Amino acid sequence: MVRYDNLLDSVGNTPLVGLPRLSPSADVRLWAKLEDRNPTGSIKDRPALKMIEMAEKDGTLRPGCTILEPTSGNTGISLAMAAKLKGYRLVCVMPENTSEERRQLLRMWGTEIYSSPAAGGSNEAVRVAKQMAAEHPDWVMLYQYGNPANALSHEEGTGPEILADLPEVTHVVAGLGTTGTLMGVSRFFRAHKPEVKVVAAEPRYGELVYGLRNLDEGFVPELYDETLIDARFSVGPRDAVRRVRELLESEGIFAGISTGAILHAALGQAAKSVKAGEKADIAFVVCDGGWKYLSTGAYEGTVDEAEDRLEGQLWA
Amino acid sequence: MAIEVRIPTILRTYTDGQKSVEASGSTLQQIVDDLEANHSGIKERLVEDSGELRRFVNVYVNDEDVRFTGGLETELSDGDQVVILPAVAGGC
Repeated sequence: MVRYDNLLDSVGNTPLVGLPRLSPSADVRLWAKLEDRNPTGSIKDRPALKMIEMAEKDGTLRPGCTILEPTSGNTGISLAMAAKLKGYRLVCVMPENTSEERRQLLRMWGTEIYSSPAAGGSNEAVRVAKQMAAEHPDWVMLYQYGNPANALSHEEGTGPEILADLPEVTHVVAGLGTTGTLMGVSRFFRAHKPEVKVVAAEPRYGELVYGLRNLDEGFVPELYDETLIDARFSVGPRDAVRRVRELLESEGIFAGISTGAILHAALGQAAKSVKAGEKADIAFVVCDGGWKYLSTGAYEGTVDEAEDRLEGQLWA
Repeated sequence: MAIEVRIPTILRTYTDGQKSVEASGSTLQQIVDDLEANHSGIKERLVEDSGELRRFVNVYVNDEDVRFTGGLETELSDGDQVVILPAVAGGC
C-alpha cells in the first residue's frame, strides 16, 4: 500500500536495500534502511510525529500551542513540517555551527530559530532551550533527548520493519545521538529476536564541541540505557567522509555524513563476522540524504580537504 | 608497552597542555594508574572512588567504547590508541 490520505500518514515503511558490492561475501551481507525516504528526508520524521501525537493525546499540546525544541537540524525540520500541517508555532534552538541548508529549510517551514554558541555543540542548545522553557511555561518542549515517544517510534516502526523485511537479521547498526533509534530498535529486538546484536556509531567531532567548562557539564541523554547496546564505536569525520563517498561510489546511495559513520561501524562488524567465519545479515540506518550537507564541502576534493572543512562543524 | 592516550581539552591542565601523552600498561586500569603517576590528579577526574568510570567520561580503545569491552579491565596491546572524551549531547 503506497497511497496515503495525507503526508503525515506516509511517515515510515521505508525500503531496505541490499548492498551487493559493499557486502564482503554471500554469507556476510549489508542492508541499508533508507530513512531518507521519509517525508522531510530523514529518520527524524518518526520521533517528531510520535512526540507530537503523544503530547496531543495526553493534553499537553493543544491547538495554537508553541513548540520548543533544541535541535541541530533534522528533528527541527520534521517538527516544522508536522507543526505547519497541524497549526502549531515552532521555536528551535540550534547550535550556530550547523549547515546553512538546515536553517533555510527551517525558515521555509516558518520556524523561528534561536542560535546557541558553537562551542559546546548540542550541549549548549539543550541548556539554552531548557532556560527558555523555564521562561515560557506555556510553551511545550517535546525534548527529544528525554521523551519516551522518540524511542517508541522506533520500537513500533523502525524495528518491526527491519525484522519483517529481513527475518534473518543478526545485527542492527544505527547512529547514537539522542539514542532514541537504538533504544527503540533494541527494545523491539530484545523482545522479538533477542540474539540480534545492537551496535551504536557515535560521531566524534572536533575539539570545539567538547570544550566544556568542566566535566560535570557533560551530558548523557535521559533516554539512554547502556544495557540495550552491545557495542559502541566513536567515528571521526575522516572515516565518515570516506565511507559516505564509498557508499555513493559502489552502491549509488547519496547519504548524509552521519550515515558514513554508521556504515563505518557496520563494515567493522562485517569484517569481524568474516574473520569469525559466521553468517551475518547486518542492517544499518541511512539517516538522511546528503543534500543538506553539500555546503559543508564533505563531498568535494580530497578526504584531507573534507576533513579540514568539517573541523568544528556539527556534521551529524 | 607504550600506548598513546589522547587527552581532551578540559583535562590538559594535568598534562601541561599536551593533547596526547604516552602511558604504559596492558590493561586500561594500568594505563590510568600510569597516567596518575606522571600527571597527578588526573585519575580522580576519570574514575569514581568506587572504581567505575565517571558518568560524563567516555574512554575508547581503538574507537570502541570500553564500557562494552570490559571497562577498566579492557586489555591493550602495543600500538593501541586510547581516546578520552567528555560525554556531550549528539543528535539532530
